[in-house]
Amino acid sequence: MLSSYEPEFRVVFVSVSQSGYMIAQTQLAMYGCSVPQMRFLLLFSRQGKLRLQKWFTPLPERERRKIVRDMTMMVLARSPRCCSVIHWRDLKIVYKRYASLYFCSALEDPDNELLALEVMHRYVELLDKYFGNVCELDIIFNFEKAYFILDEFLLGGEVQETSKLLVVKSTEESDLLQETMEEYMRKPAF
Amino acid sequence: MPAPIRLRELIRTIRTARTQAEEREMIQKECAAIRSSFREEDNTYRCRNVAKLLYMHMLGYPAHFGQLECLKLIASQKFTDKRIGYLGAMLLLDERQDVHLLMTNCIKNDLNHSTQYVQGVALCTLGCMGSAEMCRDLAGEVEKLLKTSNSYLRKKAALCAVHVIRKVPELMEMFLPATKNLLNEKNHGVLHTSVVLLTEMCERSPDMLAHFRKLVPQLVRILKNLIMSGYSPEHDVSGISDPFLQVRILRLLRILGKGDDDSSEAMNDILAQVATNTETSKNVGNAILYETVLTIMDIKSESGLRVLAINILGRFLLNNDKNIRYVALTSLLKTVQTDHNAVQRHRSTIVDCLKDLDVSIKRRAMELSFALVNGNNVRGMMKELLHFLDMCDPEFKADCASGIFLAAEKYAPSKRWHIDTIMKVLTTAGSYVRDDSVPNLIQLITNSVEMHSYTVQRLYKAVLDDISQQPLVQVASWCMGEYGDLLVSGQCEEEEPIHVTEDEVLDVLEGVLVSNLSSPITRGYALTAIMKLSTRFSSVNRIKRVVSIYGSSIDVELQQRAVEYNALFKKYDHMRSALLERMPIMEKTTTNGPTEILHTNGEAEPSVRDSKHPPNIPQPSSQANDLLDLLGGNDVVPVIQTELPTKPASSGGELLDLLGDLSLSGVPAPAAPISVSQPTFLLDGISSQPLFNDVAGAIPPMTAYNKNGLKIDFTFERSNSNPNVSVITIHASNLTEVDMADFVFQAAVPKTFQLQLLSPSSNVVPGLNKGTVTQVIKVLNPQKQQLRMRIKLTYTHKGSSVQDLAEVNNFPTQSWQ
Repeated sequence: MLSSYEPEFRVVFVSVSQSGYMIAQTQLAMYGCSVPQMRFLLLFSRQGKLRLQKWFTPLPERERRKIVRDMTMMVLARSPRCCSVIHWRDLKIVYKRYASLYFCSALEDPDNELLALEVMHRYVELLDKYFGNVCELDIIFNFEKAYFILDEFLLGGEVQETSKLLVVKSTEESDLLQETMEEYMRKPAF
Repeated sequence: MPAPIRLRELIRTIRTARTQAEEREMIQKECAAIRSSFREEDNTYRCRNVAKLLYMHMLGYPAHFGQLECLKLIASQKFTDKRIGYLGAMLLLDERQDVHLLMTNCIKNDLNHSTQYVQGVALCTLGCMGSAEMCRDLAGEVEKLLKTSNSYLRKKAALCAVHVIRKVPELMEMFLPATKNLLNEKNHGVLHTSVVLLTEMCERSPDMLAHFRKLVPQLVRILKNLIMSGYSPEHDVSGISDPFLQVRILRLLRILGKGDDDSSEAMNDILAQVATNTETSKNVGNAILYETVLTIMDIKSESGLRVLAINILGRFLLNNDKNIRYVALTSLLKTVQTDHNAVQRHRSTIVDCLKDLDVSIKRRAMELSFALVNGNNVRGMMKELLHFLDMCDPEFKADCASGIFLAAEKYAPSKRWHIDTIMKVLTTAGSYVRDDSVPNLIQLITNSVEMHSYTVQRLYKAVLDDISQQPLVQVASWCMGEYGDLLVSGQCEEEEPIHVTEDEVLDVLEGVLVSNLSSPITRGYALTAIMKLSTRFSSVNRIKRVVSIYGSSIDVELQQRAVEYNALFKKYDHMRSALLERMPIMEKTTTNGPTEILHTNGEAEPSVRDSKHPPNIPQPSSQANDLLDLLGGNDVVPVIQTELPTKPASSGGELLDLLGDLSLSGVPAPAAPISVSQPTFLLDGISSQPLFNDVAGAIPPMTAYNKNGLKIDFTFERSNSNPNVSVITIHASNLTEVDMADFVFQAAVPKTFQLQLLSPSSNVVPGLNKGTVTQVIKVLNPQKQQLRMRIKLTYTHKGSSVQDLAEVNNFPTQSWQ
């Protein structure tokens, strides 16, 4: 039958090469480790103002604020000559700037950084399709819609829909489902 | 009561604030209004108010008083309310607080709602922040939705199931029946999420993995169709069809093919196809290629395919895009052990990356360069690495210096080259060299007998120019103290001898003593060196004067030394020459290659030493450095990446112990009534603790594993430098008749621990218990939790390869308390 599993084991097999030079290899073991997950996605402006924060693992509020501060400082300090991957604690931070907004995601170690760049790019394309030539102001004034679109694109840190059309379509149909002011007032709450 | 202002109105108003104080005032006013509105249980404007609260929360203001309101919104019948309510829940509610459990019933109802978008938003919330209890309660609903024909819901249910499995792994089995037909879907969204779900299940359970292996042909077919299919506008990214799905399939294939010949063979063709046909001009193509390379390297692919993969990485290295160069270096680092020769072919490109402007790339290139150094290329590589050491940022210098020392030690073509290399490192990056390098170097120099005059001459010239780099000055002082006579006599075979007088040497050493640049440790070295010269030089009076001056030094350490040396002059002059004799050669008790980390103290009597103490006592002082690495002192290095000096340390310990080393090794000191008290160790930065562990005897050993003739015992020591570190030595013995070759021991510990494995003594366990393989494990246990370990053993025995996993739970309590 299925072998037992203990969720709290963080499996890091460390092996020593024959030359004595230690290479750390984080291998996904047969037990215990899940697929590498995106931990969070942040959008912030060049002045460090947060525009969107999506957390895929539970963290206390204070910790979240601290991470946002750290990320902002770290990413804004990078020169444009640098590559888009930063190692931070045990995670890889992949970021990209689109106009005045920085998109910043945190991946667990074995994950594919180049694909993460594609995921962020796709999100920007979806925003663009929905808002029509999206700019930072759109996201400031319609932040809840930015979240709704994101929730149609990603779920639990994974891509749920790879079609550009369907994501926007679902969001728009959900928008239509939102009651008009009249309906809203007339409809009973509970 | 006027209607609360609209969300966008509020945003506009807040943005007009010119100062932080003004903004805070506006926010406080609005929060007060919102609070009173909540108190009035206003259904009409609750949604608007919560939305405004979420905006203010994003600006950094507290919003916890809105948590219950979110729950009310979720319970509402209006879709507008639900949408904002669930969003608020995801942002404000925390699974740590019990209040989130109140959502469970609402979510349950919504999962059964007649409108798919309501079901969707409930699934999304559950899949994003559902706690373990919620997942347990609602797993059944998710499972039901996984079987629906509505693809919009099915894809969300699949990812929700992934989240449930992550939170409550025991529930994995219940999703198994629903996975039956997942891959038969045409809808890309469902396909993608199904592949993610299958991947999650396979990663967590070997039984699932075996069960799903039969899907390999189907996955290969799907991938093939994706590549061959025509242009599909909705999934296309720069000419590639659905790269997200391609990458996920490749990843699942990697997991299914790992260690399995048949599956690996079934996917060989498609991997070759993807590797050769994918367009590489844009990032998206490279993302797929990258995943393909990772898959090829992990499964049992044929050698042609592996070479293809490494060549792709080589091409990546030449790409203009920095990100691609970066991932190439990372992957090459992972493969350099298994495919060393193939990676060697790209050595020159890798070395060029040392000159890259990007910090992350430089670091990867440096690590990879060190891994590629071998006997053939050591001269060339060292030149490049020394150049790098000169030019690089300070954050790299320590690691680079250590790496160079390691590599030089292993592959030095000649002693002179070795010493020259060390000199270059000391002069280029002298202040960044790790503390434990100084004793190592001193030992190296001592053992290269024929190079003594050359070495001391070069060191002398170096400190004439610059006395600011402490490690350089320390080594130089020590050498001048030891070999000052050679320096003055002007005998040097390797180089043009220089003319140095005794006074000039003493000038330099006194200069070090008085200089502001010298650290207390360096001063200690200098004073001792001057003292040693009293038996080698004739200007004893000058030395006597210096020593007596420092007898009243403010620095206690210097004072003590000076007083003792003074006493040597006055009362024990007859012993002086014997005590200050030339240092004997220190036998290295380890060999190069897969070495044990053997750090022995004074080797004045190596044979006595060996019989007195078991060979595997790890060196606490260098552990201090390794532990710092373990504790994540270095941001840039992922996981555990520590440099392990493979040579035994500390002839430096002897430095202080001119008199004391004799007593430590058990040979009675020649009646030296001069107290060399233990505290002097502490002030010598080289070894700050006594090097032996009395506690060794206190923790009973245990048998960790005993199966099929392979027995593994654990013995324990406590590290002196850190009470949270347990040092475990494994002793593997083989009771069968046949040797066990290619023996590899691996270990894993729970998340709250950290683990460091040092080099094994060998990888052959000889049969009939003729010998043991030993290896040292260091476990950091800051929370003092019960120690548990999973071990993985692989070896070849009687021609076949054996692999076994086991759990070790019977640790004696003293080992972790």
